[in-house]
Amino acid sequence: MSRKEIIKVDKLRREFIVGDEKVKALRGVSFTIYEGEFVTIMGTSGSGKSTLLNILGCLDTPTSGEYVLDGISVQKMSKNQRAITRNRKIGFVFQNYNLLPKTTAIENVELPLLYNSTVDAKERRERAIAALEAVELGERLNHKSNQMSGGQQQRVAIARALVNDPVLILADEATGNLDTRTSFSILTLFQEFHSRGRTIVFVTHNPELAQYSSRNIVLRDGKIISDTYNDNPLSAREAYEKLPKEND
Amino acid sequence: MKFINLLKIALKALNNNKLRCFLTMLGIIIGVASVITMLAIGQGSKISIKEQISEMGSNMIMIHPGNMQRGGVRQSSDDMQTLKEADYLAMQELPGVAAVSPTVSSSGQMVNGNNNYPTQIQGITPEYLDIRKFKVDEGSMFTEHDIKSAAKVCVLGKTVVDNLFPNGEDPVGRVVRFNKIPLTVVGVLESKGTNSMGQDQDDIVLAPYTTVMKRILAIDYIQGIFASATDEAQTEETIEGITDLLRSRHKLQDNADNDFEIRSQQELSQMMNSTSDMMTVLLACIAGISLLVGGIGIMNIMYVSVTERTREIGLRMSIGARGIDILSQFLIEAVIISVSGGIIGVILGILAAWIVNIMAHWPVYIQIWSVLLSFAVCTVTGVFFGWYPAKKAAGLDPIEAIRYE
Repeated sequence: MSRKEIIKVDKLRREFIVGDEKVKALRGVSFTIYEGEFVTIMGTSGSGKSTLLNILGCLDTPTSGEYVLDGISVQKMSKNQRAITRNRKIGFVFQNYNLLPKTTAIENVELPLLYNSTVDAKERRERAIAALEAVELGERLNHKSNQMSGGQQQRVAIARALVNDPVLILADEATGNLDTRTSFSILTLFQEFHSRGRTIVFVTHNPELAQYSSRNIVLRDGKIISDTYNDNPLSAREAYEKLPKEND
Repeated sequence: MKFINLLKIALKALNNNKLRCFLTMLGIIIGVASVITMLAIGQGSKISIKEQISEMGSNMIMIHPGNMQRGGVRQSSDDMQTLKEADYLAMQELPGVAAVSPTVSSSGQMVNGNNNYPTQIQGITPEYLDIRKFKVDEGSMFTEHDIKSAAKVCVLGKTVVDNLFPNGEDPVGRVVRFNKIPLTVVGVLESKGTNSMGQDQDDIVLAPYTTVMKRILAIDYIQGIFASATDEAQTEETIEGITDLLRSRHKLQDNADNDFEIRSQQELSQMMNSTSDMMTVLLACIAGISLLVGGIGIMNIMYVSVTERTREIGLRMSIGARGIDILSQFLIEAVIISVSGGIIGVILGILAAWIVNIMAHWPVYIQIWSVLLSFAVCTVTGVFFGWYPAKKAAGLDPIEAIRYE
């Protein structure tokens, strides 16, 4: 089976100079993620998972090693090319949502497309509406970000990540700020997108979440200590439905 | 990246934080408006002070026949007659001379009915009013035609009016007599009070110089010429011009002394010049300090408003904005804020100056350069200090920017 390689990293190293010390955040990480995988990257704080996420998200470049995203080597890219790559190929979902304040849902979702000059105003609006409908917020297009709950804000953020039709969705502790019930509803969303063939990389320190993904990579001290496939991930929807409804 | 998209992004960002946008603009508005108002008041004061000194006749030039000044010696009537009407007419053409009038005067008794008053009649032209800063209060000044026809008309000073018309009748149109010559009163001068020497400046009767020459004194020369220079600073040059003109007209040899004497109010004009210089320096200081204060205010608020948006910048970068996109957005925002703030500032500044003028009756004078200067300095400061932190922000690592607290 020749599936499309979305991410291919090879002997990735990343070192930081902090004061006089050299901190080795990543010490040779190699893996390949294929199209349609839902990968959780796990590790305690200091394990190097944030550094890895930054590199995968083209926000940072490795000290050495190779990173190929959707067939293109990221190392050789200039800063601007990386920005364009982020815009066209990657959708970010952050822990603290990072929506523009006092801005309507639809404007937040349209934002990545505003930085893409190949999309005109009409198409931008249509795609933003479609993305918001996909996260079940079709009714709240014109709600402002500060008028929405955490779960709703994260849905808007996911819609924003989807709107440019990326090859990869990168989530950084996307459920970290949410209560259990809302976390599962967000997770359900990710599973749905996964089932429709989206490639998702979900970075978290919460080991429970591994049960819901199709593959789990665990980092410790800048190295991969386990990389396991999960052929029968649990359904987040079932977990969600099992949870008691709000009592009060 | 399409410009229209950047414009949309910038406008949305401005719209999202109207308060911050307004406060930033306020810094620029106040900066521009205060400079314009301060300079308008300063310039108004400068002009008004200049006018007041000028009232005293700082640009006045007096020409008298030479020998008249040499005390009792050699005062033969021939020597006294060096100035002719033609000299006066020639001086009218001279550059630097704003106004010129011959003078001939005669003392005598002014009579109206059973009231009389001893005074001096001055034979002059209407330009004399400009030179001595007299104004006609009632009636009007006699005309050039009256001069040509040596009309029997006169304009009276307030003191003369009070003495000849003690019951407050309107003197205009009445006939008074000067040494038995009837003169019709055509106007009354505005009162000037006494001058710095304690002389009553309202004790005066003005008549066409032709009338005084032909009908009263029966002479064919003039006793003096009063002139005013167009500009206080040009008085010296004007005097030189007049000297050259009169010497050549009088056909004097190079080694011959002047047969006339020219005097000016040097002390006054020096005072005028030094006051004017001082005011100029003062104004420059006011403008400089206002611009500096305004500029620093703008600098601060622009810098802070960009710095507090570091996270927003980080987010925009992480979803694909390039450094140049961030920079352009902030530059567009800065230009919109600075230019519209500048325009509002200009309007407010002019309005404030106008209100000061109306309410406090202070003289104000708005100069176009002060408007342009303050607008330019504040706008450029605004744009620069919007651009500079944005440039730093655009060069930030998106990871650091998005985690910025």
